[in-house]
Amino acid sequence: MPEKLKNAFVRALGIDKELVVDTLAYQSIPQWDSITHMILISEIESEFDISIETDDVIDMSSFAKAREIVRKYLGN
Amino acid sequence: MLLHNKTAIITGASRGIGKAIAEVFAQNGANLYLIARDEEKLEALKASLEKNYKAQVSILPTDLRSIGAIKEAVNAIKKDKVSLDILVNNAGVMADAVLQVIKPETVQDLFATNVYSVLYLTQMTLPLFLKKRKGSVINISSIIGTHGNIGQSVYGASKSAVIGFTLSVSKELAPLNIRVNALAPGFIDTDMIKKVDDRFYRKNKESIGMQRIGKPEDVANAALFLASDLSEYITGQVIGVDGGMII
Repeated sequence: MPEKLKNAFVRALGIDKELVVDTLAYQSIPQWDSITHMILISEIESEFDISIETDDVIDMSSFAKAREIVRKYLGN
Repeated sequence: MLLHNKTAIITGASRGIGKAIAEVFAQNGANLYLIARDEEKLEALKASLEKNYKAQVSILPTDLRSIGAIKEAVNAIKKDKVSLDILVNNAGVMADAVLQVIKPETVQDLFATNVYSVLYLTQMTLPLFLKKRKGSVINISSIIGTHGNIGQSVYGASKSAVIGFTLSVSKELAPLNIRVNALAPGFIDTDMIKKVDDRFYRKNKESIGMQRIGKPEDVANAALFLASDLSEYITGQVIGVDGGMII
């Protein structure tokens, strides 16, 4: 799961894979703004075939948090 | 067919302007998700659109005043794994009262349907637009939202809020090629105006430059334009559909 999630981040934010670490946070880099956040959600939903609830869209504030949220949807 | 293979959600689809929009969109090849409270009317409309236009129609009886119900409806649509092309936020209610006799529950009810549902539905369906990075959100406001009217301060405020939302969100979503526009219908022949008294009805009709009351199809055709690629460079606009009404 972490690799697939990293790939979603790379595609959505247009950044190198090395930058996708647990501490990567929303608005911590110019590439992760409110616009790309929406694209990121869409990429994650497509990648994992899940439908993310609005509360979790708002909560997805870092890569670490994203991993936790996706894990919840996958039932892990 | 201007909307061939496009997928549209229309709220308040069971009657009036929403129903007319559903018909025009179906006629133009759109696949439809129709949302309204009245399941019986939605079923009848679905049957009619399937028969007349071979349209693909799903109905979602939903009370848009409830955020939980909106979430359920959107989750049901997401299960179909569709890409959304068009969202028409048409559902609306009206309750006239002069300022001194406005009840808090009236304010809450109007804003829940006319404003909060527009915001939450647009928010929750946004990921569905992003698969194609393109789309059109059409919010139905009103001439009362642009000009105001005696006895309609709450309705007017709610419809002005729709305009404010439209203008702001259009700027947010433009980089994603998602257009957001509003229509501001005038005096349109629907159940809503059948409730007004004769004097008010006559006065409104006389104030229309084109000297006829608008048809739901007049608004639906404007919605068709905004939904289609004919308007692909238009966003953040409020278009009056009022026959030159002066209020």
